[in-house]
Amino acid sequence: MSYDVHAIRKEFPILHQQIHGRPLVYLDNAATAHKPLAVIQAITDFYTKDNANVHRGVHTLSQRSTDAMEAVRTAVCAHINAREVAEIIFTRGITDSINTVAFGMGALLQPHQNVVITALEHHSNIVPWQMLCERTGAALRYIPMNDKGELDLSTLEVLVDENTAMVAFNHISNALGTINPVKTILSRAKAVGAWTLVDGAQSGPHALVDVQDWDVDFFTLSSHKMYGPTGLGVLYGKRERLELLPPYQGGGEMIATVTMEKSTYADIPHKFEAGTPHIEGIIGFGAALDYINTVGVDAIAAHEAALLDYATTTLSTIDGFRIIGTAENKASVISFLVEGTHPYDLGVLLDQQGVAVRTGQHCTQPIMDQFCIAGTARASFAMYNTFEEIDLFKAALERAVTMLR
Amino acid sequence: MSTIAEKQAVLIEEFEFFDEWMDKYNHIIEMGKAMPVLDAVDKNDDLLVQGCQSKVWLKAEKKGENVRFFADADAIIAKGIVAMLIDVFDNQPSLEVAAADLSFLERIGLKDHLSPTRANGLMSMIKQMKFYALAFSSAN
Repeated sequence: MSYDVHAIRKEFPILHQQIHGRPLVYLDNAATAHKPLAVIQAITDFYTKDNANVHRGVHTLSQRSTDAMEAVRTAVCAHINAREVAEIIFTRGITDSINTVAFGMGALLQPHQNVVITALEHHSNIVPWQMLCERTGAALRYIPMNDKGELDLSTLEVLVDENTAMVAFNHISNALGTINPVKTILSRAKAVGAWTLVDGAQSGPHALVDVQDWDVDFFTLSSHKMYGPTGLGVLYGKRERLELLPPYQGGGEMIATVTMEKSTYADIPHKFEAGTPHIEGIIGFGAALDYINTVGVDAIAAHEAALLDYATTTLSTIDGFRIIGTAENKASVISFLVEGTHPYDLGVLLDQQGVAVRTGQHCTQPIMDQFCIAGTARASFAMYNTFEEIDLFKAALERAVTMLR
Repeated sequence: MSTIAEKQAVLIEEFEFFDEWMDKYNHIIEMGKAMPVLDAVDKNDDLLVQGCQSKVWLKAEKKGENVRFFADADAIIAKGIVAMLIDVFDNQPSLEVAAADLSFLERIGLKDHLSPTRANGLMSMIKQMKFYALAFSSAN
């Protein structure tokens, strides 16, 4: 069956509105994706029928809420092919997931060791490691990138050495769309015995990841980028790693016993889930995963690849159009500049014509610094975007450029 | 020489001509393009207006009782907005600039139209201009 984007669009009520008198063309999906009816309905159903706190009540509603939440943990486990359900931790988001690992490693890291990240990271995969290194005296290293926005792996063997404790990097760059050679980097890290973390913020909605096939120690996902609710992330970790990490936050849910002198911690995953979880978010995320899997991750990826090809070709005909990030292997993100215009101005004039793009540094200031630019405008595509929308985007962009030059 | 109030009245009249925001933006952009640029040496961090999303440089000079303003920006819409403010405030008595009420921004709808971040940037520009004017007027 061919990909029916119009049927998919019907499932996303937010798309059917006018912005400044024009149909909304939403191209800011790398920042957050919209929610299908199934997700909205799941949240409504939860509050209408099942709402209760989890893991502690014997009453029926609490049991239902707990079952619904744990069913999602099982679904996530299957989605990324983890070995066991306990390896799936619900967090507040990817930032929280990475901080959980980076904080925990503070107890394990020695001053002579180092942490390796890349020049392509989001601030959320830079700052927690900087903080860890400041605390422990360990060194932070960066794998550099070339002018196309691809990592320069010739440096890998030098940077990742026997003193490397952690190699953390994103699967897909949010700012440039570069898909990184995950297995090559992981294989070097494993050769020296380093731990590994892959940030899946941008891969979650666009690619199927098998954490056992990768043999990665930690992997993170963001619900809201995968058509699910905001405020929820996933941290996958291998049991043997998670058991070594001290918890990041203390409180309810994460303990086995508490006395006024000393508490003992619960087993994973609860050790890392202090406080009442984002139950509604988790249940909504479960509906989002079901939805993605019903449409098919491969079908979504193929549709987005076609959109990326079409947009790259058609936008490149605009005089002075320049794409920042031209990696050979790229996800559906176009970060761009147009000669003689400022990205902020483009963003404002596109919005006036109903087109939503992101402008600025995309939380990746070091990447912008390397390209010697203050920021870019960024269009990013999702399962519900159409070729007609790219035509509307192009026409709106041309009008904006004419006004600005 | 028009007063601050008269200058604002002219701007309000100009903007009343446009129904659509795209046309209003076009007008703002044209004002930005028409404003003389600052010398490169003046585009330094000391003259940067804090709180703007894009880079806006603002320079002020005391000229007797009056204050002169010069500005530039890396984004043209921000430059057009600061050009409007300069149109209203440039070469006016420092005391009056410091005390001025900028009702034209509401009348042309700009204040409501801007996103909170951009509205903050606009307020920062105004604050900076009034700050210079106040400093110059107390030095008189």
